[in-house]
Amino acid sequence: MNTFVFIDHFKGTALPASWEAVGVGKTLGNVTALIFGSGVEALGKTAFEFGADEVLLADDPALADYRAEAFAATLSKLAGERTPDLLLFPTTTRGRELAGMVAIDLKTGVMVDVTALEAVGDKITVTRPIYAGKLLTKETCSTKPQIITLRGRAFPKPPQQAGKSGTLTKIPAVAGDFPTKVEGYTTSESGVSLADANVIVSGGRGVSNNPALTPPAGLDEKAADIWRAQQGFALVKDLAASLGAAVGASRAAVDGGYISYAHQVGQTGKVVSPDVYFALGISGAIQHLAGMRTSKMIVAINRDPEAPIFKLARYGVVGDLFQIAPALTAAFKKKMGK
Amino acid sequence: MKIVVCIKQVPDSTAKMVVEGGKVSWGDAPMIMNPWDEYAVEAALQQKEALGGTLTVVSIGDESTKEALKRALAMGADDAILISDPALGYLDTQGIALILVTTIKKIGAVDMAFFGRQAIDADAGLVPVQAARLLGWPALTLASVIKIEGGNVRVERGIEEGRQIVTSKLPVVFSLTKDFGEPRYPSFMGIRKAARAEIPTWSLSGLGIPAPVPVIAWPEIMNPPVKEVTCEFITGSSPEEIAETLSSKILAEKVL
Repeated sequence: MNTFVFIDHFKGTALPASWEAVGVGKTLGNVTALIFGSGVEALGKTAFEFGADEVLLADDPALADYRAEAFAATLSKLAGERTPDLLLFPTTTRGRELAGMVAIDLKTGVMVDVTALEAVGDKITVTRPIYAGKLLTKETCSTKPQIITLRGRAFPKPPQQAGKSGTLTKIPAVAGDFPTKVEGYTTSESGVSLADANVIVSGGRGVSNNPALTPPAGLDEKAADIWRAQQGFALVKDLAASLGAAVGASRAAVDGGYISYAHQVGQTGKVVSPDVYFALGISGAIQHLAGMRTSKMIVAINRDPEAPIFKLARYGVVGDLFQIAPALTAAFKKKMGK
Repeated sequence: MKIVVCIKQVPDSTAKMVVEGGKVSWGDAPMIMNPWDEYAVEAALQQKEALGGTLTVVSIGDESTKEALKRALAMGADDAILISDPALGYLDTQGIALILVTTIKKIGAVDMAFFGRQAIDADAGLVPVQAARLLGWPALTLASVIKIEGGNVRVERGIEEGRQIVTSKLPVVFSLTKDFGEPRYPSFMGIRKAARAEIPTWSLSGLGIPAPVPVIAWPEIMNPPVKEVTCEFITGSSPEEIAETLSSKILAEKVL
């Protein structure tokens, strides 16, 4: 099978799920990595090291910033001319929308956010979560090329073999008068992206009610609540920092104004699947569980022994997170030499 | 301005979903407007209030889908259209996008179309961009801030790395996330108006298209494998002792 893999990157740094997609492509046959950008030839070398047989590089100032219309035009033209059997994308913001657009251009369909797949000949059947993972569905596509986006961390990242190389071909970007222009970026406050994180430390409503704290004078009830929660989230962030983890939050915490929406895990936030998920002061509403239930190990700290989160947890502590979280941070710092 | 919002009716996000005898069931959980679509309605209402014009809300479904449309009317939409046809069965995202785009074209002279980022049932998140592609309009997805002036659009959109600030020109398709800000509650007057509203139904023949043939099939829907986990509760005489035991157990599993 001939597979195109779209390598999603930001300013030349690939999102890890791109390499996972190269790995999946290799299990099915020949992999051509598609790299679009400006001054990104070095990514081609990395793509070979992760197993790509061929790289098609569109290196053009017009592609310096991701713009869906400009990228889709070049991608659809390439796929139309070279007729791969399969197009793979990582399920990232860019990967998902490009897959959708290219499917329209090529008159085919998309199997999105896939967590498992099997091929019989060149016909692929995928499995993907629906209803935020409350159910799974199998999917097939009756048209060619088959287009699939792969959920990050659902497939192994192939080993990187230094010095491995292959054929890199430069291709032109499709020129066009695309009305969308990129003015700039504001970067995220947290260093670690939830989707890529090996470890996530999340806080819920429970982080806001530390009875031992007295808010500064002059705050109204809502402001005092947020102040308390921010003190609580500082403990969540400390634990995350000691583990190099990303910071997550429940919907209750986000709706309470304790932390920005970018951190929300759950059905109307991000669906994550880290190796370890720490749930601090999170009771485990069904919408939250839907967003993190596939975590390999869940560790829960909660005052309520009946909290549903404990049904999914490998380790649980029934107690005061305001005392246990700092102690845990100190223990990890000591043991992990950080 | 002529503004369209496309919405979907879905089982409530608190619903416990199960597959019984090959069929998806959500018990007695209510059907609601897809939560992401509420942000789309809110964003569209704000543009209507800023720029003037009309806001039409559109959905594909059976008669019961009028409930979701009525909620949008109660929030402040001017009118609603239900796309319904006995010939419509399972649709893939390509088919949904085609029907919505045909509807938008039939409405005519639409300046912007708003969508939620994805529906919480099928979780595909493809319809906004696929509709944009069929319309030939730019797709400004995952918008958290929208400013429109003299046909020029400026959007902040959420990406993995933070926010990307982009400009474009009308007509455009937006998809919305929770970052946009809380959707309003329907007003009392809005609820009364919506209760009285007669929502027209458009059929496929009215749209002048045959029922789209899905290329994506769902041969089997399954309950996820049940994870057998027994929670080991860690106890101790002090927080430090609990932390010591817990950290040792986690580190021993070599997952960090």
